[in-house]
Amino acid sequence: MNEFYYFIRNILLPSLFEGTLVSIKLIILSIPLGLILGVLIAVGRVYGNKIISTLCTVYVIFFRGTPLLVQLFILYFGLPSIGIFFSPFASAVIGFVLCSGAYHSEYIRGAIQSIKTGQMMAAEALGMTRFKAILYVILPQALRRAIPGCSNEIIYLIKYSSLAFMVTCVELTGAGKIIASRYFAYTEVFLVIGIIYLLMVSVVTKLLNMLEKKLEIPGLG
Amino acid sequence: MNKMQNDNDIVLRVEDIHKCYGKEEILKGISFEIKKGETKVIIGPSGSGKSTLLRCINQLTIPDKGRIWLGGEEVTHHKKDINRFRQKMGMVFQDFNLFDHLTALKNVEIGLMKVKKMDKKEAREKAMEELKQVGLERQADLYPAQLSGGQKQRVSIARALAMDPKVMLFDEPTSALDPELIGEVLEAIKKLAFGGMTMVVVTHEMGFARSVANEIIFMENGKILESGIPYQFFSNPKYERTKRFLNKITELYGE
Amino acid sequence: MNENLALIYQSLPYLLKGCTITIGLVGGALGLGFVIGIPMAVGQVYGNKYLSGLIALYVWFFRGLPVLVLLFLFYFGLFSLIGLNLPAFTAAILVLGLRSAAYQSQIFRGSIQSLGEGQMLAARSLGMKKSEAILYIILPQALRISIPGWSNEYAILLKDSAITYAVGVMEILTRANFIATRTYKPMPIFLACAVIFIILTYGGVKILDLLENKVRIPGYGREER
Repeated sequence: MNEFYYFIRNILLPSLFEGTLVSIKLIILSIPLGLILGVLIAVGRVYGNKIISTLCTVYVIFFRGTPLLVQLFILYFGLPSIGIFFSPFASAVIGFVLCSGAYHSEYIRGAIQSIKTGQMMAAEALGMTRFKAILYVILPQALRRAIPGCSNEIIYLIKYSSLAFMVTCVELTGAGKIIASRYFAYTEVFLVIGIIYLLMVSVVTKLLNMLEKKLEIPGLG
Repeated sequence: MNKMQNDNDIVLRVEDIHKCYGKEEILKGISFEIKKGETKVIIGPSGSGKSTLLRCINQLTIPDKGRIWLGGEEVTHHKKDINRFRQKMGMVFQDFNLFDHLTALKNVEIGLMKVKKMDKKEAREKAMEELKQVGLERQADLYPAQLSGGQKQRVSIARALAMDPKVMLFDEPTSALDPELIGEVLEAIKKLAFGGMTMVVVTHEMGFARSVANEIIFMENGKILESGIPYQFFSNPKYERTKRFLNKITELYGE
Repeated sequence: MNENLALIYQSLPYLLKGCTITIGLVGGALGLGFVIGIPMAVGQVYGNKYLSGLIALYVWFFRGLPVLVLLFLFYFGLFSLIGLNLPAFTAAILVLGLRSAAYQSQIFRGSIQSLGEGQMLAARSLGMKKSEAILYIILPQALRISIPGWSNEYAILLKDSAITYAVGVMEILTRANFIATRTYKPMPIFLACAVIFIILTYGGVKILDLLENKVRIPGYGREER
């Protein structure tokens, strides 16, 4: 038993530390970028002209219809054959942003479409351009309504960040596999890793709930 | 009799407006004009195209045929400038359409800040002034969900007035209100009319129409059937259909 | 371009064999999740504190861990620990199934709870035992309501099946990678692989939609579609 604790404290946790940092970096970059992309795609689908709207729809169909892992493989193993080279970290971030952007856009699009048409009419009646109306009247309301769905997607991203290892970016899961195979301690290592992910997810869930509370407006949502 | 008429400038001119939705022709050639300070009230059965007409005036709905002039400038066929024209036309909707994510004060401010590009201080002062005019300065920091229907409609009037429009368009402003709240909104609109604002009001409130209108326009099936000054209109309408409509309304609304 | 198309054409049989593996994975996991998920949902709604607490713990664990971590944990760790020597395919179905059970149980739980108390009360008042009420009254309705959520679960499982590449299951992506590394032509192969997934995902969901229409009770639940 002591051996077990010794292993965890002096060998496992320090080695996982670097991996955890990489995971955090991946997540911190991908979440905001994915959200922004989601907003742009959703607005493009609802308010764009035929061409923009169709392009956005095709994008969503592709990135929601294929596994994230396939997308990562195309980015890291596929693109070099046509001359585009991304590092493992960059491929992972790009893949996460493109993929979560598609999912976010569906939640946001649903929220935009749930806003009464009268809101846009009133904004235009005041003389606002379409763009201003979307920015100052539609999005502030739609984004609040999309928070539950987008929060869900953010939590998914934290878990699926583990796939970065499959394109050789050594984050938490990757670090774990390396240690586990060296010491043949798969069960111990991955239980600890599991706990770390559970902690990350709990903390972020708490933060997102606080955010939702803060943005609450009586009568909205 | 009703109110002062300042000069003879024609503020709004509507010429031969046609609009189809699919196969149905909703507006079949509407024309009228309105001088500065006048109030015209449009009445008629539902489906006669009254709301569509108002929305064609500020181009929220684009008419298929016909032209519109605001203060001598043509509004139709000017897609690029339409926002400039809309600033000069205030619209009040049946469903209020207040911006739900903003307080009453911010609802009035937002047009001033984002469209007229006023600075924050000026916008705030003007917005408070407009809210005061409709008697709602104490509700400035409440959200629409916290306001009664009558209060919401008064905020929406303040929001439209803050833009200093040349003409106000009211689309059945009291139809969505509970009966006891209608009075406060009609008072606010009357105050505007007597103060010299040029207005087009679509409504079922006959008592109100009688006391503020310079002219009553009766629309049916997309056409103007009859129009005239209130006294003559109510006591001696020309057409049988007008008489029947007026009778139905007085039955319903007990006037 | 032509050589790319030719390559795809030649690789199709091999890739499509991967389809059978993938569909086997998804079908097995969905089935396992269904069989375990329903009792779990019933247990959470109608069971006592301890039972529902235990179930909540299970759900928290299997939903909170990434799929990849679960696969590594079970396939390389726990299964060997208890001496279970399963081939990758079976192990993967087990892991994906246990995880799907966690998600499915919540879908069913939501559906059961949305029915309201009245249904159970009426059934009991007719003299039915709790278990009979659940079997004949609650579940038939709850299952129909669950179809949209379930169809979503199918789509998610289909995409997660690709992760079993990490434990060597010979599904579509593993085979695509195999071909790509041997022919040095990753792009056309991976794109073909993506298209196959798109067809399976949207096609499967379409089929489930048809199923939903077939078993729909008039006037019930979602009218739009």
